[in-house]
Amino acid sequence: MKYEAVIGLEVHVQLGTRSKLFCACPTRFGCPPNHNTCPVCLGWPGSLPVLNEKALRLAIKVGLALECRVAERLKFDRKNYFYPDLPKAYQISQYDMPVNGRGRLKIEFKDAAGSTQIREIGITRAHLEEDAGKLLHEGIRDGSLVDYNRAGVPLLEIVSEPDLRTPAEVYAYLVSLKSILQYLEVSECNMEKGELRCDANVSIRPEGQTSLGTKAEIKNMNSFKAVEKAVEYEIERQVNAVDGGERIVQETRLWDEAKGRTFSMRSKEEAHDYRYFPEPDLVPFTISRAQVEEIRKTLPELPEIRTLRMIRDYSLSDYDAFLLAQEKPLADYYEACVAAKANPKLAANWIFSELKALLNERRLAITESPVSSGDLAGLIRLIEDGTVSGKIAKEILPEMFETRKSAEAIVKDKGLVQVTDASLIEALADQVLAAHPKSVADFRAGKAQALGFLVGQMMKESKGKMNPKLANEILVKKLNVGC
Amino acid sequence: MAQDLHRLTLRQAIDHAAREGADGILHDVANRIQCCNSSVNAYVRVKPAEYDSGKNIPGKSVFSGVPVAVKDNICIEGQETTCACAILKGHVPPYSATVIRKLEDAGATIFGQLNMDEFAFGSSCETSVYGPCRNPWNLECVPGGSSGGSAAAVAADMAIAAIGSDTGGSIRQPAALCGVVGLKPTYGLVSRYGLIAFGSSFDQIGPLTKTVEDSAIMLNAMAGHDPLDSTSSRRPVPDYTKALTRDVKGLRIGMPEEYFTDGMDPAVEKYVRDAAALLKKMGADIRTVSLPHTAYSVAVYYLVAVAEASSNLGRYDGVQYGLRASDKTLKDMYFETRNRGFGEEAKRRILLGTFVLSAGYYEAYYLKGQKVRTLVRRDFEKAFTEVDLLLAPTAPTAAFKLGEKASDPLAMYLSDIFTIPANLAGIPAISVPCGFTPAGLPVGLQLMGRPFEEAVLFRAAHAFEQETEYYKKKPGI
Repeated sequence: MKYEAVIGLEVHVQLGTRSKLFCACPTRFGCPPNHNTCPVCLGWPGSLPVLNEKALRLAIKVGLALECRVAERLKFDRKNYFYPDLPKAYQISQYDMPVNGRGRLKIEFKDAAGSTQIREIGITRAHLEEDAGKLLHEGIRDGSLVDYNRAGVPLLEIVSEPDLRTPAEVYAYLVSLKSILQYLEVSECNMEKGELRCDANVSIRPEGQTSLGTKAEIKNMNSFKAVEKAVEYEIERQVNAVDGGERIVQETRLWDEAKGRTFSMRSKEEAHDYRYFPEPDLVPFTISRAQVEEIRKTLPELPEIRTLRMIRDYSLSDYDAFLLAQEKPLADYYEACVAAKANPKLAANWIFSELKALLNERRLAITESPVSSGDLAGLIRLIEDGTVSGKIAKEILPEMFETRKSAEAIVKDKGLVQVTDASLIEALADQVLAAHPKSVADFRAGKAQALGFLVGQMMKESKGKMNPKLANEILVKKLNVGC
Repeated sequence: MAQDLHRLTLRQAIDHAAREGADGILHDVANRIQCCNSSVNAYVRVKPAEYDSGKNIPGKSVFSGVPVAVKDNICIEGQETTCACAILKGHVPPYSATVIRKLEDAGATIFGQLNMDEFAFGSSCETSVYGPCRNPWNLECVPGGSSGGSAAAVAADMAIAAIGSDTGGSIRQPAALCGVVGLKPTYGLVSRYGLIAFGSSFDQIGPLTKTVEDSAIMLNAMAGHDPLDSTSSRRPVPDYTKALTRDVKGLRIGMPEEYFTDGMDPAVEKYVRDAAALLKKMGADIRTVSLPHTAYSVAVYYLVAVAEASSNLGRYDGVQYGLRASDKTLKDMYFETRNRGFGEEAKRRILLGTFVLSAGYYEAYYLKGQKVRTLVRRDFEKAFTEVDLLLAPTAPTAAFKLGEKASDPLAMYLSDIFTIPANLAGIPAISVPCGFTPAGLPVGLQLMGRPFEEAVLFRAAHAFEQETEYYKKKPGI
């Protein structure tokens, strides 16, 4: 039987506020254990939470970018369970009245056949909650220690509808979500730092069936690729299980990156009863529509709109524009390059091919590029005005990368200026024609490809510095004269 | 210095300290505690002496160093604070509650911590890990609870004034049983920051004092917005002592018929009705009103307040502070710590609260409880369109014997039958002495008012108190 996978994602994003969700402690990462704590985030007896309004603004900002319905009333609930990383034995979260209701996210990806697909994925909700601390086991005998630096850090839990069907869509969803969050400057979305965490709900059903199968919740993935792989594995596991006559049980499964498989953590029967109830320490309040509109005004141009604008302004292909716009720093670099008078088409090509290759080689982000957008524009201008050939330019860029010198300086230092002096080209043309009488005869006999060979010889003799267009013209002129 | 300065009211003590400093008062109060505490057991801790004296400059602040005693569930920085429960033994808060800071800012000396029912769960002060507190009027009797230590200390002149907390009557009921003045302010008037939570949507800190004027002086220092408590009100706080005009003419006072039921001690009913008659004679307009949902109050309270309590008490798990009974495994640590750390009443309420919030029961219990709570609140709103104040008994009986209700939780819960509704509605209420039973035990009169109208409560309570002078009668301890 053929099966279809049904996948929904729960993404937790740390909102980039300076202080925690309910106290003034800093959210800084990498401090000594329990350094950023106070009676409130430690849940000490008698302490009370006070909402960080910046976190609420950021949450609404994300909601608006995902076209969610922003709630009229803000209410928090307590989610009760025992675990040592949870200082109050309850997490302040939002149960039945999330700050952001239904919304949507557009994803773009290549399907199995390699063609670009665009889909809209439903967002169920995106709600505010506080993070828990972290258990430390390593190097500790006889027990564990707890670091509460993370306790109380604001999180936005973004829950998707079960609209995703393939691991590729799952990956595209995460990339698209990360892109929006980076544009909004609410989070760096670094999964290794825990700034973004993702759980996946996966089920399968026979193709054509509309009701949902029994789902497994997959946890413990620490990169987008890991999520993709875990989902892929889980679909296969479920298909094999069902084909083998087994029933899928509702459970939580952990992804084991090293082994490349998921394994069962707890079944539904062992699941917590969280005993949600309204948080009495935080009074519900109204979110005015004026406030929401004011936040809407602060929304930056989002990747979807930027893609369209770049297609229009720079005549880029849909996919190139999409790829650029999706990575905000990359798109910023690109547009700065174009603003510095680089040809838009050439700039896109050079960034995607040569620059990216160099960056990847050295594991650098675009923001860390030793070649500034202005310097890359300088190189592209030299290509455009014929000062250097594309071939030479490909040698100049790595040098710019190493030395941080401008393209012009390198060209000058090394005498790489393209030869455009007609007399010099004519002299070389005569030399080449004399050295290759067979090719000359071939051309005159009607074999056009002989011209390409002769041009190539001129480039070789000049070590690539000859302007190929001029060389071509002069050769043709000379060959025709001889007839 | 045999001036018996411990007998002073707060007003008198402040005047004395403004002239001569507070050292004499601190000295006499300390002596009084030393002589009486072994029999009353009102104090669980008295601050070390070096903390007490020296720094208070006479006349430079409202309190001029006059001591105020504190219930053991309000955090004092650097002082062990335990809620009279084994699970918090040894717990030293790293910060002071907002009320403590406010009282200190007003020049009060925070002096000693007072006995209570464990985690404020109780109406008799018998569930304390420090042993029961006793009623100064009769040491065989309970002082009421949960702020029994606060009420007993003030009644026995072991404190000039004290603060307690009231979740379902925990200030007013012991005030009535010990013959002192106890005020539960409007929910949100006094910051809860630093009050170790029981029922977060009910809890309020309030004063227990010898007179109504003292109560007003205390509230002046304690009330006001606190940015650390999101439930605290932003409205400006008046000077409550200005309300003490000794005039009740034209004041409309309602007697809710549901509060004069059969189960009541006849002596209590007599004194409360006498009080109404006296206020009428003084010019108040006394009427009968109805609060039809009163009968559900106790039931609703024991659904919603215990739900909140079960969640609030989750943090006592042995991880960070207080008792850790075992660390063999995580489960052992949780089970052993909570099993050994909590007393029977705490366990009963945690179980009850956990149950009412559980999947499948939430709607039938917690949610329904909240709906009925709204009905109770509406009863009051409606009544307050007709009257300015409500007059009722504080408790259905005078002080009962130690152990009398200890094994009957339901009978114990019913001692709060008249005080719980004000907590459900968040309205202010005061208990003021209104007589003594034939056995010589005090009876309390309860007045309830509109939200944030403590001034009206003070006005009527003060006029009644000045007319009757019950406050002048002292227990013979």
